[in-house]
Amino acid sequence: MSLVPVDPQGVYALWVRDVTRFVRAPSQVVGALLTPLLVLVFLGTGFSGAAIPGIPEGVGYLQYIVPGIVGFTLLFGASFAGLAVLADRDVGFLKEILVAPVSRTSVVLGRVAGGSTTALVQSLLVLLLSVPLGFEVRRPLLAPLALVVLVLLAVTFVGFGIALASQFRDSQGFGILVQFAILPLFFLSGALYPLDQLPAPAQYLGLLNPLTYGVDALRGVLVGNATYPLVVDFGALTVGAVVMVAVGAALFERVEAA
Amino acid sequence: MAAIRVDGLGRAFGDTIAVDDLSFAVEDGELFGLLGPNGAGKSTLIGMCCTLVRPTAGTAAVSGHDIRTERAAVRDAIGVVFQEPALDEELTGVENLVFHARLYGLSRARRRERVPEVLDLVDLADVSGDTVDTYSGGMKRRLEIARGFLHEPAVLFLDEPTLGLDAGTRRDTWEYIRALNDRGVTVVMTTHYMEEADALCDRVAIMDDGDVVALDSPATLKASLGGDVVALETADGTAALADRVRGVEWVRGVEPTTEGLSVTVDDGTRRVADVVRLADETGVTVSAVDRRTPSLETVFLDLTGREIRAASGGDVGETEVTAGGPGDGRGSASQHGAGRGGER
Repeated sequence: MSLVPVDPQGVYALWVRDVTRFVRAPSQVVGALLTPLLVLVFLGTGFSGAAIPGIPEGVGYLQYIVPGIVGFTLLFGASFAGLAVLADRDVGFLKEILVAPVSRTSVVLGRVAGGSTTALVQSLLVLLLSVPLGFEVRRPLLAPLALVVLVLLAVTFVGFGIALASQFRDSQGFGILVQFAILPLFFLSGALYPLDQLPAPAQYLGLLNPLTYGVDALRGVLVGNATYPLVVDFGALTVGAVVMVAVGAALFERVEAA
Repeated sequence: MAAIRVDGLGRAFGDTIAVDDLSFAVEDGELFGLLGPNGAGKSTLIGMCCTLVRPTAGTAAVSGHDIRTERAAVRDAIGVVFQEPALDEELTGVENLVFHARLYGLSRARRRERVPEVLDLVDLADVSGDTVDTYSGGMKRRLEIARGFLHEPAVLFLDEPTLGLDAGTRRDTWEYIRALNDRGVTVVMTTHYMEEADALCDRVAIMDDGDVVALDSPATLKASLGGDVVALETADGTAALADRVRGVEWVRGVEPTTEGLSVTVDDGTRRVADVVRLADETGVTVSAVDRRTPSLETVFLDLTGREIRAASGGDVGETEVTAGGPGDGRGSASQHGAGRGGER
């Protein structure tokens, strides 16, 4: 075994595979956009006239929640990536991957790369579609930074999905748990309302949620009203991404094929 | 150097012992068969050799690398075709192979050379651009065999390579396996088809209940049964003929049957005429002759005893009494028969 247990060609192989499948059957990926778009359209227009405490003056509700909904879309990436791992187990393809001379860390990195690419495309589509609905990018020069935030968030949640999936043998149990996890992560992120409106214990939970910093950074970069300094946001996001990939790799290490 | 050296290898799942303290070696370039019924421990044994299942006792070396401590080196040296298909059906045949080549670190140049080569070897070049979900069962199997061989492993493991294939496709698959072996790769395959092991393998390990109960070439295993059987249908004078042939050097056993006499000989093809000549000399009229060669099927039944026991249980009452221990049914039945022949 080499000192650095990462095999770039193996990671690339897994990424190419995911992208090929995505390009070949895009309907599945695009279909997953419907839920976030519905939330965006109905909440964004329904609450457009409401005065919601804690939202800065001059920022419309739609403007406020677009970064949150984009983050919400990325949460589904976790579910996608996990289900892909379990589907591979179902059809036996996981064995082909596990018996290959690549480290489990490489396998997780490859899956994270593939899953994140899909999730990134989904979140960018939501962002693009929000523009005709009235979303306004106020700081276009900082837009490339938004891409960095999206990548970090995608890696974090795809890593989370893979870590979770490694503990399951069938997709049903995983599906139930991941659906259960998505909503609390969404509600405890400040995506729809400022976190400080919540009771104190919920606020603390929200501070442990990577999505909180992702949504805040997106707001800072795209709209210009972040709650925390951007440095804090990016730091927290980076830590979250690294931790989640490490946890995913560690848990995946113990996966037996049988 | 032995391709595989298994040393006291065992695996228990809780209280169930799937593989029990095995030791044997597979030589370089061999086409080696693991033969046994479902649940005999073949797949667990292969799983351990492939580093996918961790042993609970002993170890093994594959291509010189320890399966417990040098897992990466073992994976580098082997190719595996699993019992259940392990293809990405949404990818094309070529894409599946390219994916595999990348995982095994083949250079782009090597990949471009090998992928068409192995596709050609299994006659899938024409459909290599179609997604795998359009392939038949036999085509998928062939693609997997090609894939297992793509990175030129030292040892290729095939777990039930023809399971679920129709007879014609199975025979074709045998040809592909032979072709790979002819190119120098050591092949270890499991099967529960006796005739498959017989037709393909240089040596066969017969497994039962986690144990290897016999290991040799199919010919030697079959010879261990004593040889071919020449069954004679005679009108009368059977006892006299039995006495006459019993002393002959190439006769391994004599057993009267309801039709006449059953003589076990060293070489059926050559001895049929001799047996008939002896019958002639004794004045016994032979109305029909049948020669039966032993198969791995009969070897397996003989070694594990199960089916034999059931068979002797259904025989005449006396046989059950005389039958000694389990698995000994065949021997005692013939003794019993010989004794009755002597009475006359």
